[in-house]
Formats: sequence, structure tokens, C-alpha cells
Amino acid sequence: MFIWTLGVALAFNEMLGPDGQVRAPYAGVAKWLESVNVEQLDRRRAEAELFYRRGGITFAVYGDAQGEERIIPFDIIPRVLAGSEWKLLAKGLEQRVKTLNLYLADIYSKQESLKAGIVPEELVWQNPAFRPEMTGVTVPKDIYVHIAGVDVVRIDANDFYVLEDNARTPSGVSYMLGGREICYRLMADLYGAHKVAPIEHYPDDLIATLSSVAPQSAGESPNVVILTPGQFNSAYYEHSFLADKMGIELVEGRDLFIRDDQVYMRTTEGAKRVDVIYRRIDDDFLDPLVFRPDSMLGVPGLFNAYAKGNVALANAIGTGAADDKAIYAHMPDLVKFFLGEEPILKNVPTWCCRKADDLAYVLEHLAELVVKEVHGSGGYGMLVGPQADKAQIAKFRELLKANPANYIAQPTLSLSSCPSFVEQGVAPRHVDLRPFVLTGGNGVKIVPGGLTRVALREGSLVVNSSQGGGTKDTWVIDL
Amino acid sequence: MRIKVEHRTTYLYDEPPTSIVQILRLTPRNHEGLQVRNWRIVLDHDAHLAPGEDAFGNTIHTLTLNRALDDLTVSVEGEVETLDTGGVLTGAAERFPPGLYLRDTPLTHADDAIKTFAKGVAGKREVLDSLHALMGALHDGMAVDEDAPATDAARAFAAKTVGGRDLTHVFIAAARSLAIPARFVSGYMLREDQVQQKSGHAWAEAHVPGLGWVGFDAANALSPTEAHIRVAMGLDYLGAAPVRGSRNGGAAEHLQVSLTVGQARRQQQN
Repeated sequence: MFIWTLGVALAFNEMLGPDGQVRAPYAGVAKWLESVNVEQLDRRRAEAELFYRRGGITFAVYGDAQGEERIIPFDIIPRVLAGSEWKLLAKGLEQRVKTLNLYLADIYSKQESLKAGIVPEELVWQNPAFRPEMTGVTVPKDIYVHIAGVDVVRIDANDFYVLEDNARTPSGVSYMLGGREICYRLMADLYGAHKVAPIEHYPDDLIATLSSVAPQSAGESPNVVILTPGQFNSAYYEHSFLADKMGIELVEGRDLFIRDDQVYMRTTEGAKRVDVIYRRIDDDFLDPLVFRPDSMLGVPGLFNAYAKGNVALANAIGTGAADDKAIYAHMPDLVKFFLGEEPILKNVPTWCCRKADDLAYVLEHLAELVVKEVHGSGGYGMLVGPQADKAQIAKFRELLKANPANYIAQPTLSLSSCPSFVEQGVAPRHVDLRPFVLTGGNGVKIVPGGLTRVALREGSLVVNSSQGGGTKDTWVIDL
Repeated sequence: MRIKVEHRTTYLYDEPPTSIVQILRLTPRNHEGLQVRNWRIVLDHDAHLAPGEDAFGNTIHTLTLNRALDDLTVSVEGEVETLDTGGVLTGAAERFPPGLYLRDTPLTHADDAIKTFAKGVAGKREVLDSLHALMGALHDGMAVDEDAPATDAARAFAAKTVGGRDLTHVFIAAARSLAIPARFVSGYMLREDQVQQKSGHAWAEAHVPGLGWVGFDAANALSPTEAHIRVAMGLDYLGAAPVRGSRNGGAAEHLQVSLTVGQARRQQQN
């Protein structure tokens, strides 16, 4: 049923239902849109852009020759979800992230899901994101994924599909919070007319989650820090933003050192013990003594300190073994296996090209499918069949034949659309949603909503910020 | 056979580093072909040496030093009793199934040249025959020079002159490209003609259905004998390296290694 991209005209429109009537959550927005003109909208957009520029909220685009920093376009028209819609979605997210954590705890200990044949062994043993070093390491409270950014899309009034389970170092939460602040300041009329569920407490939830996994020896107020690769990282703004909001130190690898398998941070008052590290550095770079020896970003000896339970890392090392696109196909079965529940969120049908039958199908239907690298992210290295030319399709055909196990394929989904302010005025554009799911010793917390990404180019299905997408504020409202 | 090892590594620093962290994989574990009689690591400074075990079952020691010094000497002294087991490893700690050892790593990545070579050598042979043929072909086709710069399997294979470390990487890459699990072993080797040696020894192990893990020492074109002392094992050199270290400051570092591997004299019983 999603074999073809339907185009924005035929996709589920979140404001106007299939009958052309305004859907209940959008009643206020629809009325407001009637009352404003393009000049007014344009002025607010300019103000929003100024807000981002002043705040220095930028990101660097990989693959851009200039490596310049850009502002992600912010679309001032909010996306609205009814409280009842959110409730179901949140339940599905909690179920999904619980499963990710149970699966990771399993593959790094008893491997029962492998023995039961739920996941083929080679997807674990030969998965580059699986870290054999983590086998037998106990992590606090068996939580591996403290912060997940699960990308979901909507197909119709009732169905949400998971696109990706981002369980490594998902970013974007600063845009979620920034978007809300803009709406609060610049859209006070519209905002005030709705009962919007708050999200501003996300940094409080995050610090509570991080503190909850501190080693017991840390005492009452554990020292939590954010470890960044540095200011040249595309998400550096977010690292410093979160450190600031949580009132904790932002550190680089060179600010930390290990003594007696304990992590310390250099301060002007001498060495201070570190209990929890919210690390925004990939596994490969964390510790040159265990992972990439040429890494200058990490902390030599950190792994041993971690393995001994003297410091907590969020997320844990090796979480990528749960979120790659080959494991994705097995997530519904894993939900049933670990929780004994039916999956609430659906999976997009996925062809795993490492299987001969699937590969044959994909090669025959390249023009209709989206092909992705198993470990790709950010919209890089993917083929959107319906929008690709012959040369691109021919190139992917060769890539697939050369290394089939590196690819999966999915039908092009007809992503739902929301009214967006674009050059032509107000028009529907495809959106997805990245809610941020926090898991700590006190359970799962999700602030209502998340980061809505919008494909501002007409007809574009790629909402990644690195590929010309924008963001919107996401409102969960009580009707 | 009783073998005595004395392995001393001295690090000389142009300027005293403010801190040093090293992970040492310098302590063998027992298996059927090897019994540790005595073994110890000695430091010439009062550094912290924490014992542990890595995920592959290797004994590790983490050395940490947080004060400035001009030099550091790490000495290993020990004696082991070895048996010839025909190159077959039994009684060793196994933490993972053989399938794990098909993983691709940067140091053991098989490029097209290695894949073609492996396929050509193996032909229609059985697994064990393929491995022996690979070992023979690498021994004949590549020159071993311990002064060759360390690199990875693909570059080493193209260079044809390699150190023992990278010859082992080529063997592992070739075996894995044939879907045979393979891994890196670091250790020592007793050489009748050479008690004083420049460095430790490396070889590979590959998994053969029915036999289990079998050693292949391509540098010497033989399976490990009682002259081999198996110390650590990993997916490649990095996982089995005798020393992985890091330091803060210290400018340039100079290494002095002294290694003797000799047959231990049995004590006279009167």
C-alpha cells in the first residue's frame, strides 16, 4: 500500500482530513491562518531567523565543500497533535525503547534472543556496531539507551511507523526546545489560545535520568558532565546548550583523566571526580587504548573505569548494535519476545539485501524503493528511487551487487503533511517526528511531542536537516 | 619443555610526561599446551598495576602513573612448561563462538587482491588443507622483515615485504574472506639459535570444523609447537597487543627492548 510515493496532495494531511474538513486538533491553527496574511507570516519568519542567528544556533553540513555553518530553517506554523494521539504514540515509544534496552542487555550477556533464533547470529557477531568488549560488562540498572531519538512518521489518522531507532548519540533536542521558545515569544497569540503540554522541563528530566545511573559510590549529588568532540562537531551548539541548561560542565577528552580506574576532571581547584558522562562522541573515539588508537577525542583508560562500574556512560558503549537498519527488521519480533506484547508502533516493510531473495526483489524495483546503507545516517548514501535519475539508479545497482549486506530497502512512504510557510505561501509539506525518549533508574520519560522535521522543498521526502529540511514546533494539546 | 622469558621494555622520554596509561597483555593463561610455572610483571617505579581480564578472556594489567618521570621500565619475567599439541588449541578460555571471528576490522580487511589470492590458493580444498596451503603460499610469496613499518593486511599484501604482525593480518584477512573464522595471537617463540630477540612473536589461529582452533605461524610455515608461548588473542593486533599505551606530554619517546627466550635449566635435585 505504500509502494508508491503519493505526493503531498494524496498524503495524509494532518490539518485537513480526507473529507476536506479541518481536523479537531488544528481548529485553532486553521482559524489563525485565515486571520494572518503572507506579510505578517514573513515578518515572523524573519524574526525567528534572527532569534536563531543571535542564539548562534547553527549546524555544520557534512559533505558541504565550504563546511559552512547554516541555520536550519524554522517553520513558524506549529504542528499539532491531540493529547489522545500522543498518548498512544508515547506508549508505543516506551515499548520500543524498553525493547532496545532488553535486547542490548541480552546480546551482551546471555544472548537468549540469538539462541531462540529471533535475530540471526551474524547480525550480532559481524555487526560493526556490536562491541565484543562490552560482553560481560554490567551497566547500571541494565540501561544501555538512556537517550533515544526514535524517528516516526505518520501514514494516516491512526498509524505511526518507526523509521529509525536512533540509540547512539541522537541530536536535535536543542532545536525542539529552541522552536518552543520561538513560538512562545513570537506566536503568543496562537500559543495562548491552546493548552499546549510543556516541554521546557526536558533538561530537568535529562539530568535526573543521567544522575539516576550514577555509581553508588557517587553519593547524593553525582558529578555529571557532557563530553563533546569539540567545537568543530556539527552538534557542538547542542552540547553547549544542554550543558548550560543542566548547569553541568561541558568537557573535551583532554579535560578528563583516569587515576586508579576512576575518572577525574581537571578544574582550577584541582581534580574532581566524574560520575556520569553524557558522551556525544562515537564509540570508536572514546578510548584509544580499546578502540581506535589514533583517537585524540577520548580518554585513555576510560573503558576500564567504565567496565569496573566506576563511571556511567550515556548512552552505553555498543548501543549501535540495536539501531542499525538490519536489526530494525527484527524489532517487532523482539518486542514480542522480550515483552510478550503486540508492537504498538509499526515497522516499515524492509528488504534486507543480504538475503538473496530480497536482493533480487530490490534490484528489480529500484525505481520504486528507498535504498539505505545499513549504518548510514543523516540521509547520506541513500537512493530515493522515484526521484532518482537513471545514472543514480545504475550506480546503486552496482553498489548493491558489490556489497548487498550493506543495504536495506523500503517502500517510499507517503509521509503525512502539515501546513507550512514556504515561498509560495502556506502549503502542505511532508513531516516526520523525532521524540526524545529518556530511560533512567526512575523509568521512562518522554516530553510531549518532539522535533518535527519538515521537507520544505515541494515533493521532497527527505526531512533530514543535513539535506535541506526544516523544523517546526510540535504541540500536544488537550482538546 | 620449560621455557624462560625475560622481556624488558624501557621508555625514555625527552621531557617527563605528566601521566601514563597502558594496557598490558603480557601474561599467558594456561591451556593444554602451556602451564604457567611462574610469571610476574615488575615496574621500576611505584605505578599502579591493576589486574583484570578483557572480553576475550585475556589477562590484562592496567598501568597508571600520574606523576612526571624521565623513564619507565616494564619487565616481564616468567617460566612456562609447554607441550606440543600439533598446533591444536584446547583448554583455552573461549568467550565467543567462532562466528565472531569473521568480523572485518581495518587491520584485517581483505581487499580484492587478497580475496582473489585466497580463492586461488584454496580452490576446492577442505578447510584445513586450505589453511595450510594459505600459510605455505604466504610464506613462499612474502618476505618477512621485522623492520618493515607496521601497516594493514591489504597494504602489507601489496608490499610483499612485511613484519610478522602484518603477515599474520594477511593470513587472517585471507582466511576470513573464505568464511573461515580467524584471529590474531601474540606471544613469544623459543628459537634454538637466538636467545636474544628483538621482539615478541605473532601468529594466527583459524577455526576448523571438527578440530577447533588451530594455529598457523606463516612466518615460519608451521603450526605452533612446544616452542610457542601463547599470551593473548584478539580480532587483530590491536586486540592482542602486548602494550597499548597513551601518555600526556613527554615530547618524544625512545624505546629500548631486551628480550631473551631460552630453555630453562631444570633444578638439580640432590
